[in-house]
Amino acid sequence: MKRFWSSPWGIVSAGLFVGVFAPLLQKWGNPGNMGICVACFERDIAGALGLHRAAVVQYLRPEIMGFVFGALIAAYAFKEFKPRVGSAPIVRFVLGFFAMIGALVFLGCPWRALLRLAAGDLNAALGLLGLAAGIGIGVVFMRMGYSLGRSYRTYTAVGWILPVIMILLLVLRVLEFSFTEGGPIFFSAEGPGVMYAPWVISLAVGMGIGFLAQRTRFCTMGAFRDLMLIRDPHLFWGILSFAGAALVTNLLLGQFNLGFEGQPVAHTNHLWNFGGMVLAGLAFALAGGCPGRQIFMSGEGDGDAAIFVIGMIVGAGFAHNFGLASSTTGPGPWGPAAVIVGLAVCVLFGLTMRQRMD
Amino acid sequence: MSDQLVDARGLSCPQPVIMSRDAVKKLESGGSVEVLVDTVTSRDNVRRAVENMECTVEIQEVGDEFRVMIKK
Repeated sequence: MKRFWSSPWGIVSAGLFVGVFAPLLQKWGNPGNMGICVACFERDIAGALGLHRAAVVQYLRPEIMGFVFGALIAAYAFKEFKPRVGSAPIVRFVLGFFAMIGALVFLGCPWRALLRLAAGDLNAALGLLGLAAGIGIGVVFMRMGYSLGRSYRTYTAVGWILPVIMILLLVLRVLEFSFTEGGPIFFSAEGPGVMYAPWVISLAVGMGIGFLAQRTRFCTMGAFRDLMLIRDPHLFWGILSFAGAALVTNLLLGQFNLGFEGQPVAHTNHLWNFGGMVLAGLAFALAGGCPGRQIFMSGEGDGDAAIFVIGMIVGAGFAHNFGLASSTTGPGPWGPAAVIVGLAVCVLFGLTMRQRMD
Repeated sequence: MSDQLVDARGLSCPQPVIMSRDAVKKLESGGSVEVLVDTVTSRDNVRRAVENMECTVEIQEVGDEFRVMIKK
């Protein structure tokens, strides 16, 4: 059974599960072509906490919490919970920050890019091309010896910090807790933030995905990276099955609409759909995982991945406060500038953080 | 005794794979390299990567870590 998880059948099963349940989450209430979006959902969580005040995107998404719990349970069940920290955390925070900014310029993480494409949103094709390009730049740096250094085993309590934070967020969501009049926890009254599946369903599906993704090491960035770096399609089978299952499910649910215009929570600016995801792809590559993978690793006790996740949440707060995030009409006023800054920062990291060539 | 020792403990993907592949590329037929990793993920990734390079792989569990012995 153990070899099943690391076999192609294992990762294809994970992809099929996500590809069926993500469109279903949309059917059950999540926003358009956003059954799962790690970036958007972390942004919604940032909004719920008041880190930004974009009123239409404030909601504590239980899917994210489910990802952590599912991965945690899988890790413990198979004795893979390994609390570890120490691999340049401040760099990972900054990478998460810029990854989120890039994703919010495109309006999606790689998972959402695949879901959007599987729903006929052709703008996502630009995003996926950008993602591949960004990962490709990361691969160049990897070949040049890029490394953030090793992490070290640490106390069990350290590995539990992000899971406990997620437990607290779930409690706040379930209780719909308000700390002050008109204050956090914010729940959108309109817009994507008010579109959500019942929390029990969101949580359950999230946990299922977290479990499967932890077992199979599902990673949308790694899928492209391994094809380019070592010509290994193993992770890619996972995203192919994900996209294929999502396409079929969308067709069956009447959620398929082919074209560029009028797509839900999307814009048609080809340049910045591409550009935003170049930044996101490069940042994910330099950090060693797509945003989903970082969450699953956090559930395994990886404190460096947890810092990346927190960097993404903080980045989302900044993105909406500083006009970096896109809307359906196109990039925000400072979005493109932020992408360029982010690319420069990531390139700087790639060039300066290299091991000695022996 | 292996010709080479690669310590990839604590390194996140794709580094263990990159380091292992680089070491295997330098090997002559019959040579061997030993890769140290400390996660199941790295162990499986390294095994899959070098099995594609026509090497034999033997894995020893040493406490929490794994010794991946690769022979060309």
